[in-house]
Formats: sequence, structure tokens, C-alpha cells
Amino acid sequence: MDAAQPVLEVRGVTRRFPGVTALDGVDFSLRAGEVHALLGENGAGKSTLIKILGGAVRKEAGEILLDGRPVDFHAPAEALAAGIAVIYQELVLCPHLTVAENVLMGHLPRAGGVAVNWRTAKARVAELFRSLGATVPLDVPVGRLSTAQQQMVEIAKALSRDSRVLVLDEPSAALGQRDLEHLFAVVRRLRERGVAIVYISHRLEEVFEIADRVTVLKDGRLVGSWPIAEVDMGRLVRAMTGRDLGAVPGGSAAPDAPVRLELRNLGRRGAFSGVSLRLRAGDVVGIAGLVGSGRTEVLRAVFGADVPDAGEVLVDGRAVRFRSPGQARRRGLGLLPEDRKSQGLLLNRALRENVSLASLARFTRLGVLGLGREDRAVRELMRELRIVARGPGQQVVSLSGGNQQKVVLARWLARRCGILLIDEPTRGVDVGAKEEIYRLIHDLASGGAAVLVVSSELKELFALCPRILVMREGRLAGDFTGATLREEDVVAAMLLGGTDDGTATLAAG
Amino acid sequence: MALQRSLPADRAARGPRRGVDVRDVLARYGTLIALVLLVVVAAALSPRFLTTVNLMNVLRQTSIVGVLGIGMTFVMLTAGIDLSVGAILAVSAVLLGGTLERTGNIWLALAVAPAAGMVVGLVNGLGVTWGRVQPFVMTLGMLGIARSLAFLYTGGEPIPILDMGFLRLGIGYVAGVPVPSVVFLLLLAAAALVLRYTPFGRYVYAIGSNEEAARLSGINVGLYKILVYVLSGATAAIAAILYGAQFAAAPAIAGEGYELDAIAAVVVGGTSLFGGQGGVIGTFLGALIIGILSNILNLTGVSPFAQPLAKGALIIAAVWIVGRGQRA
Repeated sequence: MDAAQPVLEVRGVTRRFPGVTALDGVDFSLRAGEVHALLGENGAGKSTLIKILGGAVRKEAGEILLDGRPVDFHAPAEALAAGIAVIYQELVLCPHLTVAENVLMGHLPRAGGVAVNWRTAKARVAELFRSLGATVPLDVPVGRLSTAQQQMVEIAKALSRDSRVLVLDEPSAALGQRDLEHLFAVVRRLRERGVAIVYISHRLEEVFEIADRVTVLKDGRLVGSWPIAEVDMGRLVRAMTGRDLGAVPGGSAAPDAPVRLELRNLGRRGAFSGVSLRLRAGDVVGIAGLVGSGRTEVLRAVFGADVPDAGEVLVDGRAVRFRSPGQARRRGLGLLPEDRKSQGLLLNRALRENVSLASLARFTRLGVLGLGREDRAVRELMRELRIVARGPGQQVVSLSGGNQQKVVLARWLARRCGILLIDEPTRGVDVGAKEEIYRLIHDLASGGAAVLVVSSELKELFALCPRILVMREGRLAGDFTGATLREEDVVAAMLLGGTDDGTATLAAG
Repeated sequence: MALQRSLPADRAARGPRRGVDVRDVLARYGTLIALVLLVVVAAALSPRFLTTVNLMNVLRQTSIVGVLGIGMTFVMLTAGIDLSVGAILAVSAVLLGGTLERTGNIWLALAVAPAAGMVVGLVNGLGVTWGRVQPFVMTLGMLGIARSLAFLYTGGEPIPILDMGFLRLGIGYVAGVPVPSVVFLLLLAAAALVLRYTPFGRYVYAIGSNEEAARLSGINVGLYKILVYVLSGATAAIAAILYGAQFAAAPAIAGEGYELDAIAAVVVGGTSLFGGQGGVIGTFLGALIIGILSNILNLTGVSPFAQPLAKGALIIAAVWIVGRGQRA
């Protein structure tokens, strides 16, 4: 690594979205032949930064210098042409085309002007993979390759355009240990060839293994940038989480409150295993964990949306085996799913129908739906939850995110549901509505409900839950409450799986 | 309704809007407006159009496809489709004719037809839910199977229906309205009430609007999907009864192509192909529009070869206009 002029320099870049400043005067520099890790919690601004580099989002202020010259990309194609390739977490290959076709998409070699010269094309792609030290079959449709192989195809695609800057967005998220080592080998080769690499990951041990420098963002601002040798895990975790947290919220059950929900060694193959917990009336318990840690899967399995294959679920002390959400509903459970638009709402139906959907029996006499009874109940809930809408007849598609979320919550309150499983209570919800939803959840708990909350926003879990469980790679990796509830420790457990002050259980992976 | 989609939430929440919005009106009443326009045009083109005899004829001719359209509406509201209704009509009709021929027992015949239709519908429903075959493919396959069964049963010869008691269903009147139309209107009213006033109706809309959300709300999605296909089989069988009574015969080719007319009536009536929006009143209007169009083409002596062209153009135009309103 030489300390020459940086290939890429970002100075004071700012980008606002409605309601949030995603990036606020961020500086970042990248040298040829270095692997530069970019770290930060969800919402820290990493994605926005790489999208600006890749031309997918435009900056509002600041400048970006490529080889010392200012650039401002209007479209991903411009960034690519300038030599910056961004490989997003969601790979964007054409699944039905072959590897060779994907790699050379848009610049296939021609024979005589029109026809594709397949022999040259394949030879070129084969050479690319050889230089990467990767073996990928060239004639196979990309859709049939493993994720790891698809990633190699993306990398080869980037190199086929002579990219000098390669951005890898959480490349390891979907990889097993062996694929990961392979990826590292490729990354090291590229580094030797002088490619500048931005590496984003949530797994700190990887960062220490592969990166030369590390930059941490938090809440859209730069926290710092260091050579990897000058930092340790504890410092990085503190840099990412920052401040100490305020008062611990309510939401603790009395110690003698009845246990509403109990999980004993619950597991579902390929998703999670050995999950045990108890939820008393009045509890608000949080589950933290990275995407893919199994947190959502636990909620779904408890609710019967997926069927668990190990352990047991007890509701009010009795063992249950839910094979469908309908059975869980009958025993007083309710689920607010992760993605309210695709899993929660009937977007083109009226608010009224969305709210009463799970409790129509309540309004039905002799098989006939009492529209008046329903209307009164819905209006009552709209008042209680302060749902802002023209009336029960409004289509939910035209409600704001916060009001939509309240509609899904109201659906379960209409059943007077006593055990609530809430996945991402306030994703895409504005700040004011967030506070209201938190208050509602606490009111429910103090009214005797038991609430289990999954969230990818730690701030949210700390605002809601006096007790936070941590999941990592399908297992419980921490249980924090009262005095032990510190953000640093929760993050360490999420990233490393251990709780012994950020140092490590590197072997756990 | 549809217009609200384009409004920012804060504006949408502010309260009722004043003034008339063209798109909103089109989305709500587009089908009705089209029907009224068509009636006006038809009356202008032919003095015979607005006679009671002619109008009753239109209503009678609309009834069979209209009855098919009722079951079809339920299926399409769940975002499914039933291409086999014409073939189910044939199976039910030949079994009805065969039963009458052999036993002479009207009541038995009237029980056999719906039973057959519902069994075929049940198979469709099980294929779509348990078998996870797409509704289009499942019912396309069933179209072939059921039609073939009808041919195998009759050996290719139409079964004549001679029972006068039964035939009165086809030619009789109740208070001046043809019996098939009475049956159609009664079924229509029942279906409209079911959609609006029962949990089943709500679940049909919910499943079509967002099947996963319906499932995660504890609704037994599979059960209700099976039910709508059984219902579609049942209405196809009722259509078979009307068919037999009207044509005094039960041929294996009965109802050929009717599935397309039924789908056209549903779609012209404003029910979304993607499910979750629409209803049977729209299907009624849609069936009338198609029936009146055929009628006026006949009255004005347009070549039969050109009639499908006019119908096709109308369907596309109707859906385009309603879609304008809905898309916003």
C-alpha cells in the first residue's frame, strides 16, 4: 500500500431525504490497492454513500474527486464508465442468461459487426475468472449458480470494464465460511493489482482480517477513519454506537405476573435453534440481531406462519402446536409482520376492512356481518390510536406510513389480543408517529398484554424494551436487562456473539 | 376511491374534497355510464330496441353468461380465474339431460347438475390450493378434461330434452320476466349480499387484495379459495340448467367459449384481474353491455362475422376507460 494520492476522495458530501439527513458533510478517501472497510449501524449512511459513489443517488452538497478531478454522476452507467463498480447486496444479474453473457453484458465482442463472436467472448471471460483465481462454469444460466458464484460473476463483470474502484456491499452476508475465504482470496488479488476496494460488513472479525483502513459513520456523520492496526474491536463498537443511553423505559412485568408465552428450545431447521424465553403479562421484550440472524423467523414460527420442527411453545402454560396463523389467532396471539405493505395491509381496501379483518366473528350474528357494529368499533379504535384518515372508508394505500402501521396494530387490538409479536414496529414511520406507537405498545403492556418486539433499530429497542435478547446466526447470543443493558454489549453480541466486553468469540462463526 | 392513491397522505387526510373529479366518477360509475350511453345509441339506431319484447329477449339472452359471471366474479376477486366454466356447463348439462332421459325425474336431474358442477369446482380448488397449480393452468386443463368427459358421456350425440315441465323453466315468465332472468337476478342479489354482508365476502376481497396479509391475519386462505371454485362450479351448473331449458337439448358442445364471455362481463364490469376490487353488480352491468351490443348488431343487420370484432373492441375500450379512472 503506498501513501500516494487517493484514487477517490469524498469531501463534505451531504444528502437529505424527506425527514432525515442521510449524509451530513462526510469525508472519505480511498487509495489504490487498499481495502477500506466502511462501518456503521443501520441508518448510519453507508448505503447512501455508496449509492452516491455508484451514481444511483445524487449528492446535494460537497464534492467527489476521482483521480483529483471532480465528478458528479447522474446515473449508474456514468459511474461505471468512470471506473467505479458497486456490487450491491441484492445481486442484479439476469438469471436466465449464461455466465459469459452476464459478464460481458453490453459489450459482447462482435464478429463482422452483428453476430456475437462467442469464442472470443468465452475466452475473455475465462481469462477474467482465471485472473481472479475463481472457477465458475461459463455456459450455465446464472440463476443456477450459488450465491457465492454469482458474486464472482458480478466481480468479473466489474473487472471486465476495467473498474478501478470496487464497492462491495455486505458481500459476506449470504456466504458460508469457505466461500468467504474464497472471496477474501479474490479481494486480496485485486488489491495486489491496485484496485481500490470499499468493503462493507457488519461482521467485525472480517474487517480485521481483510481491511487496511476503516471508516465509521454514525447518524449520517463521519465518526473517524483509522488504519486498522490502530483500533480494536471495543473501540470500533463504541465508535459505531456512540453515546450512552437515557432512562430505561417501562414495560417490565411484575415478577409474579402470569407467564403468557414461553418458548422451550424452539427451532426450525435452517433458520434458528434452541430459542427459549418467557414472556409475562406486562412484558415488552426485544429481540436484536442482524438481518438473517433468525429474529423474524422466531416470530413467524411462534405464530404458526412457519411451522417449527423442534422444541415447544406454551401459551398460558399449555403446550400448543400452531400449524397456521389461524390457530395462533384463536389462542390470542397477533403478529405485526416485518413488511406491512406486502404482508400486513390490504392496500386497495378500506381502512375499515383492514382493521376488522381478524375479528369479523365479533361483528357477525347468524352469519350476517353487522356493518353498524363494525363501524362503531373501527371508529373507536381510530380515536384510541389517533389514526388520521378521512374516515373508515378511506383506502389504506393513501395513508401515511405511521397511520398504516397503526391500522395493522388496530387489527389485533380489535381482537383484544393479549400476546403481540411485533416485527419492525416503526419501519418507514416518521418520528412523531414513532413516539405514539411506542406509547401505544407501553399502554398495551401496562394493560396486561405481553409483547415481543423485533427491530433492526437498536435505538428503538432501547426506547421500548427493558429487556433485550440478542440473536446471532440462529441462536440466542445474549440476554440483557437492567444494569447489564448497555448498547455496546448488545452490539458486541450481535456482531461477535459473545458478551465479554467486545473481545470476541471469533470461533463462534 | 382510486384517485386517493395519488394524493399525499396529509392532503388525503384533510377531509372530503369538493367538486367533481372526472377520474373518480369514471372509476365508480364508468360501467353504468357506458351502459346508459349504449342504450341511448341503440335506441337511436333501431326503433325496435326499446320494445318490451326486445328488452326481455336481451335479458333472457344475458342470463346464462350472467350466471356464469357471478361465480367468475368471486374467483376473480381472489385474483384467480376459472377458464373451465363453459366445460363445466357442458358436463352438468349432459348429466342433467341423461338423468331426465333415463329417470324422467326432474328433481333428481335438478340435483345431479349442481352436484356435478360443484365436484368439478372442488377439483379445481384443490388443484389451486393443495396442488399449487396456477388457477389459469389448472382451469385450462379442466376445460379440456370436462369438455372431453361430456363428449364421452354423450358419444357425440346431443341429448334431447323433452320434459315439458322442465322446459317451462326456459320459456316461462314470472310477472312478465323470463324465468332464466329471474333466476339470474335472484342469484345476483344473493351474491351481492354475500359479498357485502358476510365474513366470507370480506375474505374473498382480502385474499385478492393481499393473500399473504390475509393468511397472517389468521384467515384460512386455502379453504376460501376452494370455496370460490366450488361456487363457480355451482353457478356453471345452474347456467347448464338454464341452457338445457332454453335449447331443449344437452349437447357436449354446450357452453363452448362461454368462459370468455363470462370473463368479459366481469372485466367490463370493473372487477380487477388482479383481485380485491369489483363486485357482482358490475358484472351484471358488464353482461348487459355485452348483451345489448350483440342485440343491436343483430337488429341493425351487421354481419355476424363482424360481431366479435365489435365485442372485442368494446371490451378493450371499456377496460381502458375504467383503467384510466383507477390508475389516477
